[in-house]
Amino acid sequence: MSLNQFLENAMSEWMRVKGDHSDVIFSSRVRIARNLAHMPFPMLSTASQSEEVIHLIEEALTKEDIPEILENAELIQMADLTELQKRVLVEKHLISPHLAEESTSGAVLFSQDESVSIMVNEEDHVRIQCLFPGFQLEKAWQLASQIDDWLEKHVTFAFDEQCGYLTSCPTNVGTGIRASVMIHLPALALTQQLNRFIPAITQVGLAVRGIYGEGSEALGNLYQVSNQVTLGQSEVEIINKLQGVVHQMIDHEKQARERLLGLSPIQLEDRVSRSFGILAHAKIIDSKEAMKRLSDVRLGIDLKLLQGVPSSVMNELMVLIQPGFLQQYAGEKLGAEERDVRRAELIRERFGMEKDE
Amino acid sequence: MLCPECGKRPATLHFTKIVNGEKTESHLCEVCAQEKGEYMPGFDNGFSFHNLLSGLLNFDMVESESPNIAQPKTVPRCATCGLTYNQFSKIGRFGCSDCFETFRDRLDPLLRRIHGSTTHHGKIPERTKGELKIRRDLEKLREQLARAIESEEFEEAAQLRDQVRSLQERLSE
Repeated sequence: MSLNQFLENAMSEWMRVKGDHSDVIFSSRVRIARNLAHMPFPMLSTASQSEEVIHLIEEALTKEDIPEILENAELIQMADLTELQKRVLVEKHLISPHLAEESTSGAVLFSQDESVSIMVNEEDHVRIQCLFPGFQLEKAWQLASQIDDWLEKHVTFAFDEQCGYLTSCPTNVGTGIRASVMIHLPALALTQQLNRFIPAITQVGLAVRGIYGEGSEALGNLYQVSNQVTLGQSEVEIINKLQGVVHQMIDHEKQARERLLGLSPIQLEDRVSRSFGILAHAKIIDSKEAMKRLSDVRLGIDLKLLQGVPSSVMNELMVLIQPGFLQQYAGEKLGAEERDVRRAELIRERFGMEKDE
Repeated sequence: MLCPECGKRPATLHFTKIVNGEKTESHLCEVCAQEKGEYMPGFDNGFSFHNLLSGLLNFDMVESESPNIAQPKTVPRCATCGLTYNQFSKIGRFGCSDCFETFRDRLDPLLRRIHGSTTHHGKIPERTKGELKIRRDLEKLREQLARAIESEEFEEAAQLRDQVRSLQERLSE
């Protein structure tokens, strides 16, 4: 398969660079957790009960009032996918690692453009996710809510006047909503300001964590900021609060970028150009270095220090160089060293495509 | 043995995975295990939120086990899924939506600790909205009916009885 073809199949709508503040915010996501009333949650349900849940959702999909975006969507059972296929879906953020690894009777369906995905029998019976490029939290919530309204016409969700929507984990009870943005903070990281920022954000009931990489390390300066509280506030209040804090983060990041550019333009340009050089010519590159270099180059593009490579290529590559995608593209299982070679190859090839055009 | 993934470092971590009764064993070095996203004992990534949560819940247990507070004799067990409160406090997850009713008395402190609140202020499902209204109307009508019968206003009672019936029918639809 040519890279071109592979890219066509691999790209989801959310990986494109558009929407507000797309130079800092890569994507916005809203997911809502729902459960069917009086049925054991997936953790405790028997095989036949899980099948019944899947059957009920499948039945809803045949109804005439199905939202346009879900027309022709089909439920895919996790059991029918290979480990590699599941891994790719996780890397595309279409399913959760939990659904891929732990659920025995999980299933998923997504819209053609992959902006909507509905997971069945994950930790909760139903999880509706809407994922958009750029800063579009409200739009993501509206679409998720609309799909929720439609589904609620055909199945009875577990709802309690006092506690709201009932979920398996007490941390999701109430609205069942988790709203998040994927945010690129290279300048705040470079100027060591993140260490001050993150504790403050945690104090207002939001969480910040790296998207790739474990623990405190965030590969490629990419962070996810999300709400933690789901009970006691309305969905709109939760989203507004997140939006407010994220707006501040955007402002600070942009200020830090300007300051860097003003104080040490040649050093910044050197850093960006070096990273670009390495990406364009390296023969072996591990994911940690690749993410770091891609982050530098993306910053360079956003600050107009680099021309000729569209910023969308960086977003794309940050997903494509993950282990699952690399192996999918290679068409075989690869060891860590082989992956580092293939990763370098794929990045060179992708940069080359831009030159040809 | 050397790690089969990289062939360079010694395999110091040994995993046994059982998925659907199928047992697979793997031996990896720390670097490859981290790459592969395997669980690393002694590292942060094995510690999930649910560990923390059961910490919160167990705190409850310790409190209620102190001799000053009366002990409930029976352990609450959810009739739908069979989960007991002790099990819930260990795994930090509910078994089904009916657990909320079964454990309701004990949930408020937990929810307050997690969310700082115990009452939902968000979206209400459309159908539930209607049902809630009917149920509340029914309660009112039944009270009126009882009063009408008491005061021997049978004509009104008959009317109220018909209204109750039609609402009941709508609920059972």
